[in-house]
Amino acid sequence: MKKITTNQIFWPLAAFIVLLVYNAFFAKNFFKISILDGHLYGNLIDILKNFAPLALLSIGMTLVIATGGVDISVGSVVAISGAIACSIIDGRLGIFDHSFVAALILALLSGIACGLWNGFLVAKVKIQPMVATLILMTAGRGIAQLITKGKIVTINSAPMMKEYYFLGAGYFLGLPFAFFIVVAVFTIVMILVKRTAFGLFLQSLGTNSKSSLLSGVKVDRIKIVVYTISGLMASIAGILISSNIKGADCNNAGLFIELDAILSVAIGGNSLSGGRFMVPASIVGALFVQCLTTTVYALGVPPEAISLLKAIVILVLCLFQSDNFRQKVFKGAGRWRKGADAA
Amino acid sequence: MKKGIFSRNFSLIVTIVLFLLLFTAGSLRYRGFFSAQVFLNLFIDNAYLIIIAVGMTFVLISGGIDISVASVVAFVGMLSAYLLRNGWNPYLVMLLMLLIGSTGGFLMGYIIHYFKIQPFIATLAGQFLYRGACFIISTSSILIDNPVYSTIANYQIKLAPRTYISISVVIALIVVIAGAITAKFSKFGRAVYAVGGNEQSANLMGLPVARIKISVYVLSGFCAALGGIVFSFYTLSGYGLQNIGLEMDAIASSVIGGTLLTGGVGSVVGSMFGVLIQGIIQTIIIFQGNLSSWWTKVAVASLLCLFIVLQRVISANRERIRRRMLNDS
Repeated sequence: MKKITTNQIFWPLAAFIVLLVYNAFFAKNFFKISILDGHLYGNLIDILKNFAPLALLSIGMTLVIATGGVDISVGSVVAISGAIACSIIDGRLGIFDHSFVAALILALLSGIACGLWNGFLVAKVKIQPMVATLILMTAGRGIAQLITKGKIVTINSAPMMKEYYFLGAGYFLGLPFAFFIVVAVFTIVMILVKRTAFGLFLQSLGTNSKSSLLSGVKVDRIKIVVYTISGLMASIAGILISSNIKGADCNNAGLFIELDAILSVAIGGNSLSGGRFMVPASIVGALFVQCLTTTVYALGVPPEAISLLKAIVILVLCLFQSDNFRQKVFKGAGRWRKGADAA
Repeated sequence: MKKGIFSRNFSLIVTIVLFLLLFTAGSLRYRGFFSAQVFLNLFIDNAYLIIIAVGMTFVLISGGIDISVASVVAFVGMLSAYLLRNGWNPYLVMLLMLLIGSTGGFLMGYIIHYFKIQPFIATLAGQFLYRGACFIISTSSILIDNPVYSTIANYQIKLAPRTYISISVVIALIVVIAGAITAKFSKFGRAVYAVGGNEQSANLMGLPVARIKISVYVLSGFCAALGGIVFSFYTLSGYGLQNIGLEMDAIASSVIGGTLLTGGVGSVVGSMFGVLIQGIIQTIIIFQGNLSSWWTKVAVASLLCLFIVLQRVISANRERIRRRMLNDS
C-alpha cells in the first residue's frame, strides 16, 4: 500500500478517479456514450478530443521543466502556428495556393523555430528560462496578429477546409483523430525518454546540472532540444485548436494554456524545480484538468467559475503533495514521513 | 568607489538613458510630442501599473514571483463597483480592498514559505481564485457612479497652464518614493535583498526569513489592491476580464528596469522607468498613426530581449573580473 501511495502517478490518477466517481453520481448521463454520425459521442469522448492540445503541451512542458526550466511562450506559439496554418489554407499567403501540406509543414516549422529561439536564449545566452520565454510570450501574439493582419481568419469556405478540420475535430475508427495524434506523439517521446541516452541525460541534467556538465553531458544541446520539442508540441496544438474552431483567433487561441500546461505537470506530481519527471503522470494531469472543465459544463455551472474550481484543485493537490503540509496537518505525521523515507 | 556606484547602477542608468532617447526621438519625429503633458500622460495612463510594479519588484528581489496581481486588480475593481452600487461608503470600500489585497498576499506568502510550494504555483492558484471570484459577483461589467470616485477620477491638479496630473499620479509617485526608500534604507528592504541573494546565508545571519518572505507577498498584494483602486478611478467600472496579462507587463517593467528574476538585484526606480518605457513606446505608436497597436507588443518584447542580453553580458563580465581578481590574490 505504501508503495502505491508514494508512486508519483498515484495522486493525479486518484484525483482523476475521484472526479469520475463524482460525475457518476452528480452529472447526468456523464458516462453515456452513443453513436452519432458513425462515431462515438458523449462526455468522455469529448474529453479525449479536447484534451489533445493540452496533453501535447504538457508533454513538452514536462521535458522543459525536467531541465529546471519553464516555457511560458507556448500559448503564443499556439497562436502563431494557427495563424500561419489558417492563412495558408485560406489562401491569404498566395504563394502557397491553399496547400494543405504547406500549411502543416510551415506551421510545424514555426513551432520548431520558436523552440530553437527559446532554447538558444536559455542554453547559449544563459537567460533564466522564465524571462527568456517571456520575450516570445509577449511578442508572439503580436507576430501572429501581423501574420493575419489583425483579423480573425476563418477557413469555412477554403478548398482544403474538410481535410484541415478533420485533424482537430474529425473521427477515426469512431474515436477523435486528435486522440491518435496524442498517442503517437506520446509513444515517440516515451521511446526518446526511456530508450535513448538523451532521456538519461535529461534526467541527470535536471537533478544536477553542474555534475552532468562535469561528467561530459552536453547540457546546452539537451536544453535546446527540449525547448524545440516544446515549441513543436505547441505548434501541433495550435493546428489542432485552429482546426477545431475552423479559424485562427490570434487574441484568444491558446490564451492561458501555458498555465494549464504547467498546472498539468504540477498535478502530475513533477517537481517544478526540475529533476525526476514522469511524462505519463503529466498526461494524467492534463486529463484531469480537461475532465474538470467538462464536468463544470456538464453540471451547468457558469463556465466563468471554472477558474475558481481550478484554484481550489491546485491548492488541495499541491498541499497534499507538500511534505510540510502533511506533517503539520495530520497528527499521525510520522506514518507519512516514514512512508516517504522508505521509498 | 565612484566606479562601484556606476557599475552597480549600470542597468538603471541604461534604462533612464533609453527612456530619454525614446522621448527625444519622439519629440524630433512628431509634432506636438515634446510637451509636458505628453510626458505627464505617461504617468496618468500608467499610474496603476507603476504601483503594481513597485510591489512586484520587491517580490522579484526576494527571489519569488507573484502572478496573481492582474486578477487582484480585476477583483478589486469588480468588488468595489458592486459594493458602491449597494451604497457602501467609498472610503470604507477602499480600505476594505487594501485589506483584502494584503490578506490574500499574506495567505499566498504563508503557503509559499511554510508549505514549500513554488511561488509560481501558489500565486497561480491566487490568480485563478481572484478571477473566478470576479465572475461570481457578476459576469458583466458594473459601472461606478459614486460621486467620490468620479470626483477623484476627474480632479486635475494643475501644475502650469494646460498641464495637469491626476490624483492617481500623486499616489503612484508616493508609492515609488516610499518603495525606493524602503528598499534602499530600511532594515526590511536590505533583508529582502539578502534573502533574494542567498536565502540560506540570510537565514544563518539570523534574519527572520519567514517574516520577510511573507511580508513581500503582503506588500505585493497591497500594491496590487492599491493599483486596482487607482485603475477603477481610471476606468470608473469593474469588469472580470480586465487586465488579462497585466502581471507579465509588471514583470517585464521590472526586468527592463534592471531587476533579476533570480533575486537579489533590482530597484524600484528602475521598475518605474520600465513602465514609462512601455508607455512611451505606446505613445510613439499612437503618434505614428499608421502602425497597428500590436507593434507595441513586438517592440516591448524586442526591448525586453535587448535588456536581458545586456544584463547577461554585464554580469558575465563582472564575474570574469571577480574571478581574475581571485586568481591574482
